[in-house]
Amino acid sequence: METFSSLADGFVVAMTWQNLLLALLGCFLGTVMGALPGLGPSNGVAILIPLAFTLGLGATPSLILLTSVYYGAMYGGRISSILLNIPGDAPALMTCIDGHPMAKQGRGGEALALSGFASFFGSFMATIGLVLLAPQLVKIALAFGPAEYFALFVLAFATLGGVSSKNQGKAALAAMLGLGLAMVGVDTQTGVPRFTFGMVHFYDGIDFLVAIVGLFALSEVFIFIEHRHGASDVEGKKVELGRLTPSKQTMKSSIMPTIRSTIVGFIAGVLPGAGASLGSFLSYSMEKRICDKDGTFGNGDPRGVAAPEAGNNAAAGGALVPMLALGVPGSGTTAVLLAVLLALNITPGPLLFNNNPDVVWGLIAALFIANIILLLLNIPFVGIFIRILLVPPRILMPAVAMISFVGIYGIAGSSFDLTIMVMFGIIGWALRKLDVPLVPVILGVLLGNNMEVNLRRAVTISDGDWSVLFQSPLSLSLWAVAVIGFVLPIFVGRILPKKMKKLAKEAEEEIAP
Amino acid sequence: MSDRIFGAVGLLLAVLFAYSALQIQESFLSDSVGPKAFPLIISAILAISSLSIILKPDSEPDWPNVKRLAEIFAALVVMLAYAELLPVVGFAISTAVASAYLTWRLGSTPIQSVIVGISISASIYVIFHLIFGLSLAKGPLGF
Repeated sequence: METFSSLADGFVVAMTWQNLLLALLGCFLGTVMGALPGLGPSNGVAILIPLAFTLGLGATPSLILLTSVYYGAMYGGRISSILLNIPGDAPALMTCIDGHPMAKQGRGGEALALSGFASFFGSFMATIGLVLLAPQLVKIALAFGPAEYFALFVLAFATLGGVSSKNQGKAALAAMLGLGLAMVGVDTQTGVPRFTFGMVHFYDGIDFLVAIVGLFALSEVFIFIEHRHGASDVEGKKVELGRLTPSKQTMKSSIMPTIRSTIVGFIAGVLPGAGASLGSFLSYSMEKRICDKDGTFGNGDPRGVAAPEAGNNAAAGGALVPMLALGVPGSGTTAVLLAVLLALNITPGPLLFNNNPDVVWGLIAALFIANIILLLLNIPFVGIFIRILLVPPRILMPAVAMISFVGIYGIAGSSFDLTIMVMFGIIGWALRKLDVPLVPVILGVLLGNNMEVNLRRAVTISDGDWSVLFQSPLSLSLWAVAVIGFVLPIFVGRILPKKMKKLAKEAEEEIAP
Repeated sequence: MSDRIFGAVGLLLAVLFAYSALQIQESFLSDSVGPKAFPLIISAILAISSLSIILKPDSEPDWPNVKRLAEIFAALVVMLAYAELLPVVGFAISTAVASAYLTWRLGSTPIQSVIVGISISASIYVIFHLIFGLSLAKGPLGF
């Protein structure tokens, strides 16, 4: 009951004019970011973080804007998948399999509408799941001491690295790069400068926003320059939409797949590290097994569009559960959102629910509102987003780069930070070429100090006895899950991306003339 | 081969990181762990993961050819120059020039690029400075 009265208070916070307008703006910008080929939720949010800060918004409004962008980008991803067969990010890959064939058959409008409904259902239900589950998780987390927190951080790295990369060595290396960067600056416990090379600029440490925008947004610009994307990809492709309302029959057959995929997606989202890729993959392959009796999956079956969209949007909502309740992000984009919270001087985790209930519940209420706005935006106004999609990347990418520069300059006001950001951009490009995941780097930069503080606190309390880290049953089980989460992908982890690609390829071959 | 080189770089980084961690001065205020321990743990794991990459490299990534690499390097130089010159030349001019350059290198014709560059600069100026009131770097001409 307490939960519902808190949520009601949240709606009071979220329903002010300013917040509603920000949610609308966020949903619109997010959908655009998601719809653009090559840009996904994580770089979409990264590009817009500086915007939120330079607007001088308070904590709750900034969060409302950026989570609306997050949800919007999850919705928008389906547009370029269906119409152009270009997934904006990994989870959107599964939507291409049946979505693009539908568009080729002139049923693009139907596919967009259906996937819009599925996305709405998935993320709306996941938001309800967030309301119910997060406070329960908070109760468990309140029993955490420094040793348990340290183990939890280890768990976050182990699982996030495991799923985001094929190579565990590279995931571990990426995490250590991030943690190493977090060590730069004055040690908070003793006041000793570390790794500053005597430069005063580094005494405050490296601003993680500078790192994030460089790694995610600018590296994308370098990738575009490398491939000289531009003219050929998008332009000249004529988009036939067809009718925008799916038939009753189609709607009816998609109901059960949508419901099942929502449940699977949500669970995949809550599990640390698994995220939306796993959500959309599991939902699609499950529905293929259950429904595909005539072999229509892969040739434009509407159920194959509804399932992965419900799954990936439900996963996006699910990933917010560990992020808000534990302060440990469940996916790449929630890692970026965690950065936003930290930059606003809000520490996510169990205490957040006690200390800043207005922030948490205002945010959750805003998610419900964002979902409704997105449904309204995505069904009748989908034509607008399609037109934006036709603006060539050779014009958009420079604009993206410049907005990143302006945003960071607005926050820091120094050339030095811009230079560091460019360096992160080129490092991000090189790491992406080498197949080193960027998310663990960001996670390391974000959690590094907190991780060290908890380690030192735990060991200090026990008078220098390091075994304290493995003493409570709670911390022992966290360690156990961390080890399993790190080791298991060595055997299983290679399979998921391979299987996703294989499914997409099979479908491609089947419809090719 | 790329992965082996990368692993070697990681290993070198681990050694340098450990070396500079050992140089950190202990303060008399120190707790029982101190400011060195955590960085040393990081460098140890960094070394192990670098070794694992050297021993088990992935297949070679598709590196761009020399021409494309030069292209990326040029874009990097332009962005670094932008970062340095922004406070000197001012926002409007440097942004127009940098975005025109990027647009051109992404495949627009020179005339188009100039138009796009000026439009990007002008629209950011209008939206961020005039509407949102963000202070952008002022150049000698006052904008």
